[in-house]
Amino acid sequence: MDHEEEKNASDVTRRSLLGTSAVLAGAGIVGSQLVDPVAKTAFAAGSDEPIRIGFQAHRTGIGTVYGKWYERTTNAAAKYINSIGGIAGRPVEIITEDDGTDPKRGADVVEKLATQHKVDFVYGTLFSHVVMGSAPRAGELKIPYFVVSEGYHVASGKLNRYVFQPCITDVRSQITAVSSWIFGNLGKNVTIIYPDYAFGYDHRDYASAAAAKSGGKIVAKIPIPMTEKSFTRYFIKIPQNTDVIYHVMVGPGVLTFVREMGEHFGSSHPKLFGFIDSLEGVNITSPGLGFLDGSYFWEAMPRYADGYDTIGSRFYRNAVGVNDSGASKSDPKDVSTYSHMFGCWETLFAIKEAVEQSGYKSKKDYGTLIETIEGFSFFNEGIAHPQGSKFFRGETHQGYGQQFVSQVKNGKLNVIHRTSISDGMYEPETDYRKQSL
Amino acid sequence: MRKNSLNHSLLFQGGILMLLFLLQFILPTYHHSSVSKIMLLASYAIGYNFLLGYTGLMSLGHAMFFSSGMYSMGLGIYYLELSPLNGVIFSASFSLMVSLIFGLFALRTSGVSFLIVTLMFGQTFYLSILYFNEFTFGHDGFSLAKYLGSFVIFGKEYLFSNPDIRYNFALLLLTSYLLITTFILLSPVGRILIAIRENESRTQLLGYNVFYYKLFALVLSGTFSGVAGAMHGLLFSYIGTTFAEIHHSISPLLWTLLGGAGTVIGPLFGTGIMYYLIDFISEITKNYLLVVGIVLILMIIWFPLGIMGSVRRKWLKWLP
Repeated sequence: MDHEEEKNASDVTRRSLLGTSAVLAGAGIVGSQLVDPVAKTAFAAGSDEPIRIGFQAHRTGIGTVYGKWYERTTNAAAKYINSIGGIAGRPVEIITEDDGTDPKRGADVVEKLATQHKVDFVYGTLFSHVVMGSAPRAGELKIPYFVVSEGYHVASGKLNRYVFQPCITDVRSQITAVSSWIFGNLGKNVTIIYPDYAFGYDHRDYASAAAAKSGGKIVAKIPIPMTEKSFTRYFIKIPQNTDVIYHVMVGPGVLTFVREMGEHFGSSHPKLFGFIDSLEGVNITSPGLGFLDGSYFWEAMPRYADGYDTIGSRFYRNAVGVNDSGASKSDPKDVSTYSHMFGCWETLFAIKEAVEQSGYKSKKDYGTLIETIEGFSFFNEGIAHPQGSKFFRGETHQGYGQQFVSQVKNGKLNVIHRTSISDGMYEPETDYRKQSL
Repeated sequence: MRKNSLNHSLLFQGGILMLLFLLQFILPTYHHSSVSKIMLLASYAIGYNFLLGYTGLMSLGHAMFFSSGMYSMGLGIYYLELSPLNGVIFSASFSLMVSLIFGLFALRTSGVSFLIVTLMFGQTFYLSILYFNEFTFGHDGFSLAKYLGSFVIFGKEYLFSNPDIRYNFALLLLTSYLLITTFILLSPVGRILIAIRENESRTQLLGYNVFYYKLFALVLSGTFSGVAGAMHGLLFSYIGTTFAEIHHSISPLLWTLLGGAGTVIGPLFGTGIMYYLIDFISEITKNYLLVVGIVLILMIIWFPLGIMGSVRRKWLKWLP
């Protein structure tokens, strides 16, 4: 074939095929409407069916340590709920899928749980970027999505009406709650060291706002990449007039971070205040953590049993299999993520309360269920809510609870201050109830 | 011979596309959505394959192109209030510009050096998104759902999140990529690109300006990847750094190698198989990546040319 023939043959075929493909695609959009999309996803659960809860778990990826304990807590809660008659007389069934701590996979998992496993609700995940990636899909599928993430993303209005965070306080509220204690007791000039990562930005932004409110001052903000392995070069950026170092480091570099901070400052150093996220899943007596003796930590729920010894907290600790030091009863080296995982236990009970109060039977009752939750204002402390009572804001879909400040003494975290719920409150910035269902 | 190849390959690809078109009417909801995603990701892999399979340039920075398209579309809609269509056009222009600038630098190298340069550019782009987090929303990313609105086709209003819109837009993108790639590869330009892959020095000796042909391949590959990223953001409503990370550069490499580098349709098979392999095995064990890795190694041992590469060698000699 010469070039002229080739050109002509190609032109005709190209035009006709492109045209045909466009028509096919258009026809597909119209034709596919003949099949009702609701009918395709409909799941008519009878009242004798179990309540199926899809659990989006961090089994792999950066959130594995949290994921392991979230899964244990979830299974323990489901076991207990089933032992007391289930939810509205129906047994609870947990269907778990690994999201790989990845937003891409997270969205797929929500889809899979909702449309293939046909769960009633999706729940569970911690890492905020996974929530951000998954929530749009939950909204599109119109399935209630209960997260245990701490992120401010729910209350900020960035998500949608189907997303709830009823039983773990968001980072903004946590910071607001403890800031007056920090500035009132430890010092006015604070340097914040935070991971250059999603929730680190929440600390950066809201600590500054809280400082202004409490008469304190953030004298330096030092972001550190999550993958950093050596920290000394960051410590020289800490200003001389710093009274308090506020740190929120997480990840495998935490032990090195603390050890190098000790080597840098020696015995004379500013006071230290950290978020326990730094040491979740880590034994406080690990070699190299001696420098933390005398320092202070925020805890959402005290790791050591004597920090908050109530009937509910004792029952919960025992049910999940955690000893008085916050580690697994079967393996004392396996330290829990105690300040986060209670959110799983409590959220399952919040779902139970929502289902029972709304009279939820099947997916067609989602509207009533969502409006029922939005009408909630309080969860009472007890076995269902061992971390403490929660105030729930229907417009922001966010719950708020008490917080704790603990001091490290003799290799143990000792609670020295407990905030009230009102200490962490801020003005709401959204009202999801205005969105259509 | 080339006309026969064109006819055969168009018939073959047309059959696959027709099958994909018809599948949407029978697939259960989950698989309907999964196939939509596979078609979008396969479009990305087709862009990648254009550079690797036909020009012989292996990149570890293609997530930069994918995410540059995704972010320029998303941020354009968020900050500049662009319409979705203008957002996609903006993303195509932006990713074209990014790949052109990148190509002018990176193509001064070749082989392993090129691989390393692409890796470094990719990581720089990823870290830049994190560095300018107050503008890009950092690691969390952001949802576009409430900024997209609806649009009208044949007098009926649709949302981008509509499963049928998603499926057919993905199919349209895949179709256009397959057609464009096939026609280019069977044109003289495609022959020159393959010549560069086979023997760059000899091609240069024949008087072709190898640099410009490679730049063309890279820009086309980068722009394809960018538009695929923009469409992904548009149809799945989420923009995030996970699409700029190194593993999102490695993924199209694996999909392409599995499906058959240097075959137009191979990346579609590779993407689909890998997607469902992970989906299926992750239900059985949390060590699914280990299992997937073993499967990949076995595949490479038994089918070193990839699935469609082996099919071409044994049966379909005309497969482009």
